[in-house]
Amino acid sequence: MTRSILLVGVGGQGTILTSKILSEGLVKLGYDVKMSEIHGMAQRGGSVTTQVRFGEKLYSPSIGQEEADVLVAFEKVEAVRWLSWLKKGGTLIVNDYEIYSLPVLTGAEKYPEDIVEALKEKVDNIKVLNATGIAKDLGNSKAQNIVLLGALIKVLNLDEIDWVELVKEYVPPKVHQLNVKAFNAGMSV
Amino acid sequence: MKTLMTGNEAVARGAYEAGCTVAAAYPGTPSTEILENMANYKEIYSEWSTNEKVALEVVCGASIGGARALAAMKHVGLNVAADPMFTIAYEGVNGGLIIVSADDPGCHSSQNEQDNRFYAPFAKIAMVEPADSQECKDFVKFAFELSEKFDTPVLFRITTRVCHSKGLVELGERVEAGIKEYKKNRKYVMIPAMARERHVIVEEKLIALEEYSNNCPLNRIEWGDKRIGIITSGISYQHAREVFGDQASYLKIGLSYPLPDKMIKKFAAAVEKVYVIEENDPYLEKHVKSLGIECIGKDFIPICNELSPGIIRKALLQAQKQEGYSIEQKAPSRPPVLCAGCPHRGVYYTLSKYKDVVVTGDIGCYTLGMVPPIGVTDTVICMGAGISAGIGMEKVFAKTGRKGKVFGCIGDSTFFHSGITGLIDAVYNKSNIAICILDNRITAMTGHQENPGTGKTLMGEDTVIVEIEKIVKAVGIKEENIRIITPYNLAETEQAVKEAYEATEPFVIISKQPCALIKEVQKQRENTYCIIDREKCKKCKACMKIGCPAIAFKDDRLTIDKDMCNGCTLCQQVCKFEAIVKVGE
Repeated sequence: MTRSILLVGVGGQGTILTSKILSEGLVKLGYDVKMSEIHGMAQRGGSVTTQVRFGEKLYSPSIGQEEADVLVAFEKVEAVRWLSWLKKGGTLIVNDYEIYSLPVLTGAEKYPEDIVEALKEKVDNIKVLNATGIAKDLGNSKAQNIVLLGALIKVLNLDEIDWVELVKEYVPPKVHQLNVKAFNAGMSV
Repeated sequence: MKTLMTGNEAVARGAYEAGCTVAAAYPGTPSTEILENMANYKEIYSEWSTNEKVALEVVCGASIGGARALAAMKHVGLNVAADPMFTIAYEGVNGGLIIVSADDPGCHSSQNEQDNRFYAPFAKIAMVEPADSQECKDFVKFAFELSEKFDTPVLFRITTRVCHSKGLVELGERVEAGIKEYKKNRKYVMIPAMARERHVIVEEKLIALEEYSNNCPLNRIEWGDKRIGIITSGISYQHAREVFGDQASYLKIGLSYPLPDKMIKKFAAAVEKVYVIEENDPYLEKHVKSLGIECIGKDFIPICNELSPGIIRKALLQAQKQEGYSIEQKAPSRPPVLCAGCPHRGVYYTLSKYKDVVVTGDIGCYTLGMVPPIGVTDTVICMGAGISAGIGMEKVFAKTGRKGKVFGCIGDSTFFHSGITGLIDAVYNKSNIAICILDNRITAMTGHQENPGTGKTLMGEDTVIVEIEKIVKAVGIKEENIRIITPYNLAETEQAVKEAYEATEPFVIISKQPCALIKEVQKQRENTYCIIDREKCKKCKACMKIGCPAIAFKDDRLTIDKDMCNGCTLCQQVCKFEAIVKVGE
């Protein structure tokens, strides 16, 4: 069975690294994997998406509206922006964290209120966590992406390989401990 | 061994395995990583060229010299390189020659959505179109052989979704292709008499290539249900397979110029209905129709924007949109913006205070000068037009008597790419334009590549630093009309802009400050940031007019995100109440 994971966030949040680790893990698990990312201008504070698809045999790397089995939003408003990509019955993972875009900062647009409550009301399978806060408490908010990776692996129920070792391959040695803790924290949410 | 690779990584790997020895490119999304990866293979001489035309000319020379050589560029880059492409098509090759065109359907990072497949018949060169990373690697090897066998350059056409998608690739070993002997040959001297002679040969080659196309392993039929026959290529093949699975038959085209007419006819005759599924323009569809074959294509499938399985499903299967999730809250927009501490901000903020200036912009991070609240940029066309389009506007305004100055803004790498010619034009034709060269010491937008101003080559060697100031002087801008400024210093920037505004001769401001995202710069400024003294702050929001994403008005007070801020102090300089302080020095 093919599964489609959509990761959305803001430039600089580490969505691409998360997708890389996830994809490598899926290869280790023996799946055919396609990962697609859109970057470029998006690096400059824009909205960033990466798509990971896996299964026995895949063709298209693209995930369309109502096609994502799991949507991982690294930022709350991005969950709203990409909500219609989530398949009915799919799982939504939301980082309960706000990053204001420039139009919000300047007051041209408003950051909506009560996003989490509204999402909880509509989406049956939803996991809300403050990954940024968890990572900050562990030592550095930058590890938020690895907290979310942990939460995602838990949802996907793919614990046959040693994800912690894999995470270590992708982050510098001096932050190994932090990221291992971050991953485990995400797994246990 | 199978490895996950992007299409771009796989193109570089393919070149390596195929014994390529020279590669050149100018960075441009989505093609940039091809050469970045190429540079990891020490057997290949790799360079960032000053622009795409230069890159292709370097590669033409390398091919004539006997090496397998590859030039890579984004789709609009091929417009710049079109000149050598059309003539090397007549000259042919010695070592195999590949021109990679990375198109950008959906304009993820581009100023247009041009479909470069049309360049192949236009320039009369062969074209291949891989559909995934594995094919990217395999087709490069194939294209070098094809190029040498038919004495033609090969256009290697990929798209964003192929370039930036990862898939599993089976790696092989490098097979040295050697460097062929160079022998003087009249075919490389394209004077008119030779061109007339070679054009005939090119036409003959195309006939031979078309014959070959029908038997080429890159073009294949996958039989499934014969009620629907799908003719497709590149990433569209993947989307089509995803939607139709075994419920259709496929003619998957890999060698897409010249197209395999016999194969297309045979395929069409064997199926009940023919669909042509392709992204952007009806390149395949027009050809299929020209063979007298009825088919369904762009009547249903949109020309604009990227394709996806969902779009195909809706277009051809009339699939009803399932009911997805939605909530009442709407997501505010999140456009890309100039980063916190971006050196371009000082110049743009200063320009924004002149209500009658026109700013002709260019391609790079500084295109974001158009984003509110600064929003100064009036035009963006292509690489180099920041200067030259400004000259044209200024000439018109001189006729109409419109007040206000034209400022042409261009980055360092873009200046080297195609700004110098515009600058010379401004001097030669006595333009009254003011030119801001926003030198942030790197090719930033595409992810920090070296350029002639950085002192490093793509292969990591130290090299001469080409100095912008010396070029500006050398082309004839008078010494008194040149200002070199630090854009973090607002008073200095304002003074220079004022003088430029008042000048009656071509005037150049060189704004020198490295990009805030360069690793060494980030390290240096890591612990410096600005804070707002709440007691002194009058909440006038003047600091918000600089459009810095680190400054927010939240819970009825102004704050600066200290993780984002790098202490450029621009906000401090615009604050009239001395409420902003720089700390951490």
